[in-house]
Amino acid sequence: MGTTMILMTVFSTTLIYAAPLIFTAIGGAFSEHSGIINVGLEGIMIVGAFSATVFNLAFVSVFGSATPWLSLLVGGVVGIVFTLLHAVATITLRANHIISGTVLNLLAPALCVFLTRIFYHGNGQTPIIDQSIGNFTFPWLTKIPLLGAILFTKTSLVAYLAVIVGGASWYLLYKTNIGLRLRSVGENPAAADTLGINVNWYRYLGVLISGLLGGIGGAVMSQSITLNFSVSTISGQGFMSLAAMIFGKWHPMGATGAAIFFGLAQSLPIVSGYIPGLKNINDVWFQIAPYVITIVVLVIFLGKAVAPAADGVNYIKSEK
Amino acid sequence: MVKQKYSGLLISLCAVLAGLIVGGIVMLVFGYAPLQNYGNLFNGAFGDIYSIGETLRGAAPLMLTGLGFSIASRAGFFNIGGSGQYLVGWFGSIAFALKFSFLPGWLLIIGSLVVGALLGGIWSWIAGFLRAYFGTSEVITTIMLNYISLYFVNFAVKQWFAAKGADASSNIAAKASLRTPLLEKSTDNSTFNWGFFIALILIILMWVYMTKTKSGFEINSVGLNPQACKYAGINTKKTIMIAMLLSGVLAGLAGCVDGLGNYQNISVSNSLPNIGFDGMAVALLANEHPIGIIFASILFSGLQIGGLSISVYSTTPTEIVDIVIASIIFFVGIRYLFERLLGSMFAKKGVNN
Repeated sequence: MGTTMILMTVFSTTLIYAAPLIFTAIGGAFSEHSGIINVGLEGIMIVGAFSATVFNLAFVSVFGSATPWLSLLVGGVVGIVFTLLHAVATITLRANHIISGTVLNLLAPALCVFLTRIFYHGNGQTPIIDQSIGNFTFPWLTKIPLLGAILFTKTSLVAYLAVIVGGASWYLLYKTNIGLRLRSVGENPAAADTLGINVNWYRYLGVLISGLLGGIGGAVMSQSITLNFSVSTISGQGFMSLAAMIFGKWHPMGATGAAIFFGLAQSLPIVSGYIPGLKNINDVWFQIAPYVITIVVLVIFLGKAVAPAADGVNYIKSEK
Repeated sequence: MVKQKYSGLLISLCAVLAGLIVGGIVMLVFGYAPLQNYGNLFNGAFGDIYSIGETLRGAAPLMLTGLGFSIASRAGFFNIGGSGQYLVGWFGSIAFALKFSFLPGWLLIIGSLVVGALLGGIWSWIAGFLRAYFGTSEVITTIMLNYISLYFVNFAVKQWFAAKGADASSNIAAKASLRTPLLEKSTDNSTFNWGFFIALILIILMWVYMTKTKSGFEINSVGLNPQACKYAGINTKKTIMIAMLLSGVLAGLAGCVDGLGNYQNISVSNSLPNIGFDGMAVALLANEHPIGIIFASILFSGLQIGGLSISVYSTTPTEIVDIVIASIIFFVGIRYLFERLLGSMFAKKGVNN
């Protein structure tokens, strides 16, 4: 394999594995900026992956090759509906955020495998989808010497979309009124409330965006990587996204970058066979790397309060 | 004051009832018979001496992970790393039992329990240490440690204990097992073993520790008000680490009890064992009360063991049980709602009186 081919393979595999993490990690950032901790990202991804697969299997004869892309939207919408549970529990009913998020993680696999058995004759996994999201080669950009071959040939279109979503989220959170208000209720809800900002409304918005993006993230997983749904379709990607969000210091672009880095860590076991020097390293070190790095980064960032100030704090309006 | 004491119990009972109702509604929606299924579930869990043996066997690790979660929680920490600590405990106990199989039985069992418990403890202590000295959120570190342990234990089992191409170690010697003919025979050959009694003893020990010793008092105090503790001269850093260490020791012991009593070997796991999260569920449902933990563990174990017979007698997927468990925790989580509802009920009674 030539160097260009190796780079192309590494780059495209990285992006394929990074795409689900990017969407979900950005979603997590929205939720936490509004002040609601979301450890239920794993559960949201499971629901997204499941609903996207069911939609794909049911409607592939109608929509043809557009089906997997529509499935992503379906995954996002179902993700919103599922995440509503977390929003109502934490915002309206003042539940502990970690407990409620854990409920999402417990409920999602139970519910989705339950439904899988009902829909697919008692089987614990769905059939393989016919139409999936495959490689994409950008029409003109490939002609750029060297870079064209590495970055734009046989790569993951959905990952490029995810990066664009990351940029858009940065703009939304930091440059628009809605974003500033959303962040204000996560920093100091009482002050935001005095200024007439509806704290609960913006918190719902933040949590539900995490449902949308987490659902899409899960759907990307099932539509481009596993190609079916079973209980092991999502195995830790939600938690890895949470880690990426923290590694990226709660910033959408930081989260995107961290997710791409974790994608690289996930792709290394697959491509390491082609890379001299990495051949003899056991896969386990690549598998645990993202988690170790997250802990190290957290420890190094000591003292810098990067999480939104009121993250995880229920806002209870004074009753007097 | 009676009301205060029992309102926690009342809320937990409401949550269980509400969870069962949600499960019933889900079954009705998909055309299954809820009452018949719940009947089968109950019979499968408590119907005869064999089922009871299985249910109690399953309750033991839940009691230990639940107790572990509650100790950390008393100090104000969310140890959601129970699954990882359980996994390294399971691995440690089986590894010791296999490598030192020449030891006499009693020493082998004690050694295995100690090694597993210590590994679990160290695993959780890492999170406690980082929290105490660097302020790192234990929620995040325990989640990360869960996955590190999952991949590392899988790697270690394949590399060092499983035959080439196999996914599980060989079985431990009978003398290292927590099973005993006495308990097996008396429960109609179930897998009931000493693990349940180990868990009971630890519940008593931890109750004494938390209520009667200085160190236990410090853990409670740090959970209530860390600033005041610092002012009162309590070494909060040390207390945090002790609480997290104990929490992990208990979760690690849960792994030992399951490894030595139930599985008899260690195999590769596709995903994190649910037991850490189930133990958290047990502690939350029990409101972290030691006796409550015993009953909550038996309830959840009964749901899981009984759930197996749901699919024997009908086409209902067994996952319905996990839906019920998740719903129960959801209702425990939104206890505010029940407090409001029950509170207004009590208030009305007061007016009537």
